[in-house]
Amino acid sequence: MSTTTYVKAINAALAAAMRADERVFVMGEDVAEGGPYTATAGLAEEFGRERVRNTPISEGAICGVAIGAAQSGLRPVLEIMFIDFITLALDQLVNQAAKAHSMSGGQLCVPLVLRTQGGAGQRGGAQHSQSLEAWLTHVPGLKVVMPATAADAAGLLKSAIADPNPVVFVENKALYFKREELPADPPPVPIGRARTVRAGGDVTVVATSRLVEEAMTAAGTLAAEGIDAEVIDPRTLVPLDLDAIVRSTERTGRLVVAHEAVGFGGFGAEIAAAVGAAAFDSLDAPIERVGAPFTPVPLSPPLEDAYLPAAPEICAAARATLGLAAVR
Amino acid sequence: MGEPGAAPTVPSGAALAAPAALALLRTMWRIRVFEERVGVLKRADEVYGLIHLSIGGEGVAAAVCSQLRADDPVYSGHRAHGHAIAKGAPPERILAELMGRSDGLCHGLGGSMHLVDLEHGLMGATGVVGGNIPLALGSALATRLRGGDAVAVSFFGDGAVQAGHFNESINLATLWQLPVILVCENNGFAEFTPRSAHTNVERVCDVVAPYGLERETVDGNDVAAVWKAFGRFLAVARRGGGPLLLECLTHRLRGHYEGDPTLYRAAISATEWQQRDPILRLARQGTAAGWFSAEDVADAEREAREEIEAAVEFARRSPYPGAELPGELVYAGGSRP
Repeated sequence: MSTTTYVKAINAALAAAMRADERVFVMGEDVAEGGPYTATAGLAEEFGRERVRNTPISEGAICGVAIGAAQSGLRPVLEIMFIDFITLALDQLVNQAAKAHSMSGGQLCVPLVLRTQGGAGQRGGAQHSQSLEAWLTHVPGLKVVMPATAADAAGLLKSAIADPNPVVFVENKALYFKREELPADPPPVPIGRARTVRAGGDVTVVATSRLVEEAMTAAGTLAAEGIDAEVIDPRTLVPLDLDAIVRSTERTGRLVVAHEAVGFGGFGAEIAAAVGAAAFDSLDAPIERVGAPFTPVPLSPPLEDAYLPAAPEICAAARATLGLAAVR
Repeated sequence: MGEPGAAPTVPSGAALAAPAALALLRTMWRIRVFEERVGVLKRADEVYGLIHLSIGGEGVAAAVCSQLRADDPVYSGHRAHGHAIAKGAPPERILAELMGRSDGLCHGLGGSMHLVDLEHGLMGATGVVGGNIPLALGSALATRLRGGDAVAVSFFGDGAVQAGHFNESINLATLWQLPVILVCENNGFAEFTPRSAHTNVERVCDVVAPYGLERETVDGNDVAAVWKAFGRFLAVARRGGGPLLLECLTHRLRGHYEGDPTLYRAAISATEWQQRDPILRLARQGTAAGWFSAEDVADAEREAREEIEAAVEFARRSPYPGAELPGELVYAGGSRP
């Protein structure tokens, strides 16, 4: 075990994948220079600029190039620097990558990993801070992964690169430099399996990405109030480990779903609806959702801080499921 | 059926001659008859979806694809039947695809605008105009990184040239010097409107001129000209050179799609079309040059009609796919959300 960070874990997983498989290559804007968060630092030095390819600022074309390379036998890892710019690559991702296997009757496979990062809290303004993963979960053919820890980032990246399908790998910029103890060669984490981060019997809190840590903070606060929260991190949104969430909810009778993305139309709505259908009889209270308000991410620091969903909102939602709304 | 995807019969860049000329004529007749038959089937509601025919433009598909190997990846757009046939896809399986049947190339999940035949190197057609041009670059990049001399080809119309992905792709292909040949079928119309209503630049070769890539504009209805120009480009790309752009000026005899009333333009006169029709032109040229006989020409048409009728019967007999198929093919490896 040694101390590392989320972004270093990603960097190491990329290097390991490139060493193990010549078909793996990295492309994206500034990747040969390491990128703005150092996720690809040092790769060009080890593997050369043919396999670590800087690209022009052409998100649509570079996504298409990665798709073409993937369906021609390579294993591209494409970086879209901010998820906010995935809008420019969505045609390629949605109309080409996601549908190639199906529309070709199974002839084509697109083993593409699209790494990108979202999230607010760094005064990035409304075009560098969004959480847009819900759009991607709505497209059959894409897999969507959202690691919350360095161990999961490393392990899921390993699985994503090995997967024969297009996988969108959504990192969170606020997590990049968090320290974590990790083995030298972290084991792969299967895509589609949730992790129970904290066991508890009173209320289930499903949280994604950065909000997993907030949910743990909330669980600490709630424990002091005598409320025992179970925290589940789905880790992958598509395919979703609904069974794990349903089993937990059946035990606790209460569910809170929390994510940083805008609440309205967010992925939490899908989880809430799916659990409502699968475990309605087990629910002792309405399902509570925690998400960002329905506004663009504001720049002004006090406004952005207020915008971001965090532990206090999760605590309030958990208390509400227990009929303790007055504490809010 | 047919002898599609056959190895190139002459060295790249040579002038057209027998027996390649006769093979081209046969391919063009197969495309022509196929598409005329599809037009009839569309009116009878036997084929589904938006159907875009390339009647009048068969020469480009034939002259380009007949010089390619099966492992040369080809991408096409919404008007893809001719490219598929010329690249070697069996007409009966294309037809079954258009009818949504299980023996279709894509088991009925793709349709006219999404033909794929991996065995013959048809990597995909797309309904998003120009949307897969960058994918052809990706296939070329794969060749570069893995080694090999396969050449990627992307067919698209002049309507795609105003799209962002075309311009991004030209920049990237030239920057990375990818072994890809971009074949623009410039029929002068983007869907319903003439090129002049979309851009001030008449020739696609002029659009890409600042990037300095090798390019040429040819009469796309002159099969011998397309053959020669493309063969020369192919020889360059085969040695790892590229990208190259071949602009073929063609005429779209039909509307944008089957059922398009084409109120936006006057029909070409029968006399003029007799002169320009690439099949009739090659037939005249070939018989005059002694590449083939008038009997060969008649045989080519007759054989095509027999083949396509058999294809129609094959497709009609094919069952619809099972209801479970779409769910099974969302993900390779079968996992579902």
